[in-house]
Amino acid sequence: MNKFERLEGLVAPLDRANVDTDLIIPKQFLKSIKRTGFGVNLFDELRYLDEGQPGQDCSKRPLNDGFVLNQPRYQGAQVLLARRNFGCGSSREHAPWALDDFGFRVVIAPSFADIFYNNAFKNGILLITLAEEQVDQLFQEVESSEGYRLDVDLENQRVTTPGGDVFTFEVDAFRKHCLLEGLDDIGITLQDEDAIRDFEAKHRQARPWLFRQSA
Amino acid sequence: MSGQTLYDKLWNQHLVKQRDDGTALIYIDRQLLHEVTSPQAFEGLRLAGRKPWRLDANLATPDHNVPTTLKERAAGNSGIEDPVSLIQVQTLDDNCLEYGIEEFKINDPRQGIVHVVGPEQGATLPGMTVVCGDSHTATHGAFAALAHGIGTSEVEHVLATQCLLAQKMKNMQVRVEGELGLGVTAKDVVLAIIGEIGTAGGTGYAIEFAGSAIASLSMEGRMTVCNMAIEAGARVGLIGVDDTTIEYLAERPFAPTAEQWDAAVADWRALVSDSDAAFDKVVTLKAEEIEPQVSWGTSPEMVTGISGQVPDPLAAVDETVKRSHTRALEYMGLQANQKITDIKLDKVFIGSCTNSRIEDLREAAKVAKGNKVADSIKLAMVVPGSGLVKRQAEAEGLDRIFIEAGFEWREPGCSMCLAMNADKLGAGEHCASTSNRNFEGRQGYGGRTHLVSPAMAAAAAIAGHFVDVRTLPANDATHAQEA
Repeated sequence: MNKFERLEGLVAPLDRANVDTDLIIPKQFLKSIKRTGFGVNLFDELRYLDEGQPGQDCSKRPLNDGFVLNQPRYQGAQVLLARRNFGCGSSREHAPWALDDFGFRVVIAPSFADIFYNNAFKNGILLITLAEEQVDQLFQEVESSEGYRLDVDLENQRVTTPGGDVFTFEVDAFRKHCLLEGLDDIGITLQDEDAIRDFEAKHRQARPWLFRQSA
Repeated sequence: MSGQTLYDKLWNQHLVKQRDDGTALIYIDRQLLHEVTSPQAFEGLRLAGRKPWRLDANLATPDHNVPTTLKERAAGNSGIEDPVSLIQVQTLDDNCLEYGIEEFKINDPRQGIVHVVGPEQGATLPGMTVVCGDSHTATHGAFAALAHGIGTSEVEHVLATQCLLAQKMKNMQVRVEGELGLGVTAKDVVLAIIGEIGTAGGTGYAIEFAGSAIASLSMEGRMTVCNMAIEAGARVGLIGVDDTTIEYLAERPFAPTAEQWDAAVADWRALVSDSDAAFDKVVTLKAEEIEPQVSWGTSPEMVTGISGQVPDPLAAVDETVKRSHTRALEYMGLQANQKITDIKLDKVFIGSCTNSRIEDLREAAKVAKGNKVADSIKLAMVVPGSGLVKRQAEAEGLDRIFIEAGFEWREPGCSMCLAMNADKLGAGEHCASTSNRNFEGRQGYGGRTHLVSPAMAAAAAIAGHFVDVRTLPANDATHAQEA
């Protein structure tokens, strides 16, 4: 997994509530058996004017010039500013894979859906929850100032605006540790292999029917 | 000290280790696998040189991508015309073969939508932890199992360690008290709940559904309710064990037998929230106030009763809601204040992990019987949730009722719920759908989804627009006969 420590990055605003994972990456691209290559189809239905197909050369497709990520000023953005309940719906991890592949390392919103929240952190993407008023302020600033960048400091759990405003954010200790170190959590869990085996033996004894196969 | 909720009990029974940093290791009893969210997990195992921890905890079946026409299905995998889908289904077969995981392949009569197959086989049992790389895993909570969707990295984690890293959720109880009106189903109940608490209302919570109206539901109805907990933002939906639960499970292939059955039942009886359990939040709905529901927008919370109308976005107080509603009406091609019964339909889909079980098909067939699909409907399809549901429906003659009425009778799979196969909406088409999501493009690029119950979908197919299923003479007669 990619490490995340600190980032000073260009911000792109996506002013829309309840952005679901179908919108982040539509289903036709879920047929891939790989983890990479989803970036060109991130927000496919918003980004292009035609219906996308897997494996297509997207450089020849008609772009929706009105969509924020197609605007020249937001090219190279690494921080996505979003609205409430970002990432709701389907559990597809293809959504964080697509955000990551596109180049986003941070998403800031007033709230995130639970499954998406887990999936993003497992792929080295930092999700930052800020208060509605703070997010409103950031939307106003990013829209009124071209080249708007934020300084995101995970170690100190701080977002700093170009004007010097500092917003602190919460992140649980385990996720922070994994992100700072770029750790694979399967390896961490397997350090508890003995505890798992002990639990499993007791569990099997107490409730043997949970271990039954079909007749 | 107050008692425990059902969720607390299930959590405690599976807690391997509580860490100082707030995370916990939870033991997983059952993992369901399908072709879309598992290939990268198996690939990850392979690259790390790891093996699955416990093979018999896993059960696999292809569902999202499989075609539903007999023409394509007759030849098994080789009949799948979409080469990309074929690779994915074949990859699931290859991975299950390589690691020795039990799989119901494409033409096995037990194949179907994972969330229909698990319970039908008794592979979902009360007191289990159940995970799957699919958000509708909440379905299995109807059996008092702690069940939720996970991402592909977590699928790999469970394969490798039989555990999940988790944080305890908060407890919410949603009570539906009273008696549901005639023609009002589990689907209407859950849509009304989502309309009430919103798509993020359950974020961070495990929702337990309770109250007399929930207790009156069959297991099929309870699965419909728990299935859509995720549409209210909650990964977990739960219902306590009662006689209905236990009767459903008896003699299912994976269920305990003989000497173990009695011990299991005694254990399961305790899988209810204690009477003095404390919930972080309680929401109560009156069953009598719930009417058949129809979604009008592009989020499941954008829903209203059949006697209602499309809201006026300008009437919304919140700016974000105003913008969302404006955008939704534009996408859906609807007018503010338009009556729900004036919405005309192009296609009708009866199926999905929400509503493709035998009871759902019976309810739709009751409405379809002796009627004809309206000429204005381009396609009305019924997609059973599994091969066994299909077989049961055919034994009851439901397939004949649908076919004679002008519906297509298909092979099992997820089908037009998410349109990964050939079953999809065209741009601008309105669909009465028994599925769970009305997101933009969900059922096809530019498609317009209206979420409804199976009976409401069948009634809409016949009328060509939404109608109140409670006003249909045939429906009344059917109920009167039963009473």
